[in-house]
Amino acid sequence: MHHLIPLLVAVPLFGAALLVATGRHLPRIAAEITGFVFSGGTAALALVLLLNSSPPMTEWAGGWLPVAGESVGIVVVGDGPALGMAALASLLTLAALAYSWRYFDEPPRDRTGSFTALMLVFQGAMCGFAVAGDLFNAFVFFELMSVVAYALTGYRIDEAKAVQGALAFGIVNSLGAYAMLTGIALLYARTGELAMAKIGHGLDVAAGQDGPDALVLASFVLVLTGLLVKAAAVPFHFWLPDAHAVAPTPVCMLLSGVMVELGAYGAWRVYGTVFAGPGGIPAADLTRALVALGILTAVTGAVMCWYQRHIKRLLACSTVAHTGLFLVGLGVLTPEGDAGIALYLLGHAGVKAALFACAGVLLDRFGSVDEHALHGRAQGQLRATAVMFAVGALGLAGLPPFGTALGKSLTEEAVGGPLTVVYVAASAITAGAVLRVTARVFLGLGPRPEDAEYETSGSGEEPETSGPLRRIPDTMTTVPAVLLAAALAVGVIPGFGALVARSVDEAGSGGVHAPAHWTLPGVLLGVASTVLAAALAGLAVTRLGWVAAPGWATPLRRLQSGHVGDYVAWLLVGATLLGALALPGILGS
Amino acid sequence: MHVLPYLVGAYLFLTGCYGLATSRNLIHAVGCLAVCQSATYVLLLAVGYRDGATAPVFSDLKPGSRPVVDPVVQALTLTDIVVGATVTALLLALVLQIAKRHGTVDPDELRELRG
Repeated sequence: MHHLIPLLVAVPLFGAALLVATGRHLPRIAAEITGFVFSGGTAALALVLLLNSSPPMTEWAGGWLPVAGESVGIVVVGDGPALGMAALASLLTLAALAYSWRYFDEPPRDRTGSFTALMLVFQGAMCGFAVAGDLFNAFVFFELMSVVAYALTGYRIDEAKAVQGALAFGIVNSLGAYAMLTGIALLYARTGELAMAKIGHGLDVAAGQDGPDALVLASFVLVLTGLLVKAAAVPFHFWLPDAHAVAPTPVCMLLSGVMVELGAYGAWRVYGTVFAGPGGIPAADLTRALVALGILTAVTGAVMCWYQRHIKRLLACSTVAHTGLFLVGLGVLTPEGDAGIALYLLGHAGVKAALFACAGVLLDRFGSVDEHALHGRAQGQLRATAVMFAVGALGLAGLPPFGTALGKSLTEEAVGGPLTVVYVAASAITAGAVLRVTARVFLGLGPRPEDAEYETSGSGEEPETSGPLRRIPDTMTTVPAVLLAAALAVGVIPGFGALVARSVDEAGSGGVHAPAHWTLPGVLLGVASTVLAAALAGLAVTRLGWVAAPGWATPLRRLQSGHVGDYVAWLLVGATLLGALALPGILGS
Repeated sequence: MHVLPYLVGAYLFLTGCYGLATSRNLIHAVGCLAVCQSATYVLLLAVGYRDGATAPVFSDLKPGSRPVVDPVVQALTLTDIVVGATVTALLLALVLQIAKRHGTVDPDELRELRG
């Protein structure tokens, strides 16, 4: 079975090559069916492998097995989290391809299939990153995933905002990747190994009795900088709202649903395999670094989300807030936290992709995703979309029995105490913002807000379809419905939570199993954040003063300047901050 | 171990970052990103260097007869260069498109996405 793992990368890449070679001679329908076959085939393979992932598998690609403990081959791992992320990425790609079935109505004449081909490369790169067992291949797939994402973000090259967002995305993410590669080179210099598990062992041997030194700290900071840029942790997050607001909607579903989360997954994987030993970074320092950055990310994301009027940008900021919550949960390093975050991530992927899909319907119908301009425009029509938007908001808030609620309640128990407040507040504020949009756009409630000075409006977006489609294609409403149902299923199907928890803990915590079931406090907290979200949305609609940004939020919004130089400077600040947060353990040893 | 290559690597990375942060021209910014990346080439090659060693090419060399530098980092550098070429080409294409759509390549004048 383990021989099949490299196919997760090879199959979509082959499909993409086939489409590039023959795409211009194919009718559109044939190109899209080819995309479905390869994407769906990979998804099926990932699911089959996932079901067989206990005990975890390891594969040396091409049969380059280690000889006497020394290896030069490429190792891929097939444990629950790796194959789970690959399956999630594949299924979301399939959903995005189905959504875009009639979305780009007229692809350019000689570029039939190019979008599908790019999506397949994206899928292959995400699967490759998820299963990579050595750091250099993780870097290569990280870069491949990034490059395809830049191209997909700037896919509509005639649009001014799209190319600007794609460039900021490209420069910041590439710089993060180079920082990661520098860290990998330092680790190789110390241990002479590239496979993650072997680097971890090599660090422990090299450190001996002395514990970690400055080189270990430097490599930790550099590798984590790359991964946290991808995960959009504050202050590495500035690229994300710019890129997600301008990318085509099917691409946003993938970017927000799984690519950003892969950064958090990478941080979890790298810390657990490379730096968790006695020669690595002490657990207390990792917890301090990730929890501090996570709280900062959750708060910043939630505040930014609340003050957006551009609906896709609003959803993008809510992704920032939620990755902050993921980082806090992973940072506490408990089996319960890991299991909770895995479930939270699955539920969030479904909900967020569905919300983006609904925003795409608005963009198609009205040529705008601006909350103010659309005020009341969708009243009385688009009922299905309105319901799905509201249901998505409830899922975002963590209303039981959504998968997000199950994951959130497990994580809240793992982090405990005051950190619970961060979870309730961040999910309530982001969901409140989405509910506010629902009330304004689909119900026409409240007076129309006035324009503020410093913000990105969602008007003047180029429609992604050539003129409004005659009617909304069934795929564009079916896909979000299926995604929401999947997010619900994560929480509802009996035993699914326990299965995910067992699979994650088998890979992460060495056999300590966390229970995964609903608890009364968890359910109550989920209901509390939903009620809070509804109350916030109600206040925002009836009391306009509540959404007008107060003085203290303006500096925060001004930081999001759209200037790529600023973003690079913040990246350096973030790397320094990460180093300072992890420093005490090195000094103490 | 020679310290100089490592210092050069760090200097290149930080110079590139400084250039990116203060750039007034996006083509210059993409060039600065390439400078940052060349820091990784220098670092990788410095990691594999051995005193008195030769290139790891065994066509005219009996294996084991004399030390060679680490071929793994050279393979990594080559992969890295391919990655860098792709990224630079794509980013320059985006800059070209920005110049067409915005009429400027000065990042200070691109203020459509903010807040």
